[in-house]
Amino acid sequence: MTRRTRITLKVVVWAGCLAPLLLLGYRAWTDDLGANPISFVTNTLGDWTLRILLASLAMTPLRIVFGLSWPITLRRLLGLFAFAYVCLHFSVWIVLDFFFDWPRMWADIVKRPYITLGMLALLSLTPLAATSTTGMIRRLGARTWTRLHRLVYIAGACAVLHYLWLAKVGVTDPYWYAGALLVLLGIRAGDWSRRAIRRRTAAVAASATSARLIDRKRFSP
Amino acid sequence: MLIRRAPRFTAREITDPELYLSRRELMAGAAALALMPGAGEAAAPKSEPLAAKHNPAFSLSEPATKIDHATTYNNFYEFGVNKDDPSRLAHTLKPRPWSVQVDGHVHKPKTFDVDELIKLFPLEERVYSLRCVEAWSMVIPWIGFPLASLLKRVEPTRQAKFVEFTALLDPNQFPAQKPGFFGFSSLDWPYVEGLRLDEALHPLTLLAVGMYGQVLPNQNGAPVRVVIPWKYGFKSAKSIVRIRLVAEQPKTAWEKAAPQEYGFYSNVNPAVSHPRWSQADERRIGEFRRRPTLPFNGYADQVASLYSGMDLKKFY
Repeated sequence: MTRRTRITLKVVVWAGCLAPLLLLGYRAWTDDLGANPISFVTNTLGDWTLRILLASLAMTPLRIVFGLSWPITLRRLLGLFAFAYVCLHFSVWIVLDFFFDWPRMWADIVKRPYITLGMLALLSLTPLAATSTTGMIRRLGARTWTRLHRLVYIAGACAVLHYLWLAKVGVTDPYWYAGALLVLLGIRAGDWSRRAIRRRTAAVAASATSARLIDRKRFSP
Repeated sequence: MLIRRAPRFTAREITDPELYLSRRELMAGAAALALMPGAGEAAAPKSEPLAAKHNPAFSLSEPATKIDHATTYNNFYEFGVNKDDPSRLAHTLKPRPWSVQVDGHVHKPKTFDVDELIKLFPLEERVYSLRCVEAWSMVIPWIGFPLASLLKRVEPTRQAKFVEFTALLDPNQFPAQKPGFFGFSSLDWPYVEGLRLDEALHPLTLLAVGMYGQVLPNQNGAPVRVVIPWKYGFKSAKSIVRIRLVAEQPKTAWEKAAPQEYGFYSNVNPAVSHPRWSQADERRIGEFRRRPTLPFNGYADQVASLYSGMDLKKFY
């Protein structure tokens, strides 16, 4: 991939991820957030967190299924945008929705499972954002870093459950997100098991070959 | 011991009647403008003025929610689950001609045309607070008449213990009644709601045919809906085609969909949480900070006696 394509791709992702925020700003400016602006802003930010998080989780499957390598270069950017959106989503909840009513918010976090799950999703994304730099990868070592970043699966699952649990009867959107997450994780699981099988076959083949060699040695005149 | 209840509103909150009236004139003007062909086309809802005498004894003194908000932020599942679905799709509903069948355990069952209902009973305007189970609320000037007037006219028999409301079932007029993906449907149609007979006969229970000085907009439950201000909004069935007096407690649409979340009574109660969120406070549409929710939505002095001796945590 040329440097130019890489830059173009990044610009597209930046624009795509910033557009919902700019639109929200524009609607706030023109007093077009509807009858319940706080709820509208919270929901919009939550929706986009999930969409961008799922997009970041779609990059590896794109490589697995289509053999493309460029999606991997966008993974960090998408992940960081998902983190930015969830931070905004959380801040709106604290500032606009409950206006720093800490006891009330704490009560909701421990008592309402959907809020607990939302908090878990946010907490599991935080170390990933903190260790997203190349320097941190080097410091942690690729192996530890990769292990740590598997937390994103927990975050994705918690985020989807958070939405499933809070949505009222009849709302179907969360099921689509849950379906998308299952497909994305399913592709990974399929890839892992395929590689595991290949490794095992290779190991069996290798041991068979060495056994034959030994046999040959033993029975050679 | 005499316990004096603190006034629900401070003097500061009470709107000067002159200001309120001028506001209504402004709205009447806006309504007239909307009626003019070509004026404010698509955006303005079709509205027809509806005359009614203001009843201060049954009215809050708080300013009404903006009409734009009351007509664009709606829960009306027959149009869809999103708040803007009802106003977007409202044109599919044909509120005239419309008849309401009143029958069951009554001496004089009758099917009324909705315009006949409007002529039979004197219309009054009452400003009620509407508390949604989703923890938001509005203040709405309804136009209608007490449900009791209609019920007395059909003469309930001794067997009548409950009142069952049935909304229109017609997927051509209510798009969300068509099954969606995988035959999915949000509720079991038609929408059914119910009240105990004494609740239905309570003077606060209103059969509404208008709001904000106008004929009831489609997205708010045209042409006729019930309004029970001390209960969560979903109890107030919309677009009613049948009012049946029955001996057994009706099985309501929301009870069928999620019995652990929506009980038959569904009285506004800050002490009983929804299983997934608190009902201790609410956001009044148009206000920034949440405000505490009052027992029976502030109508406790008028309705609490209906439930004396009942465990309201059990009969939620």
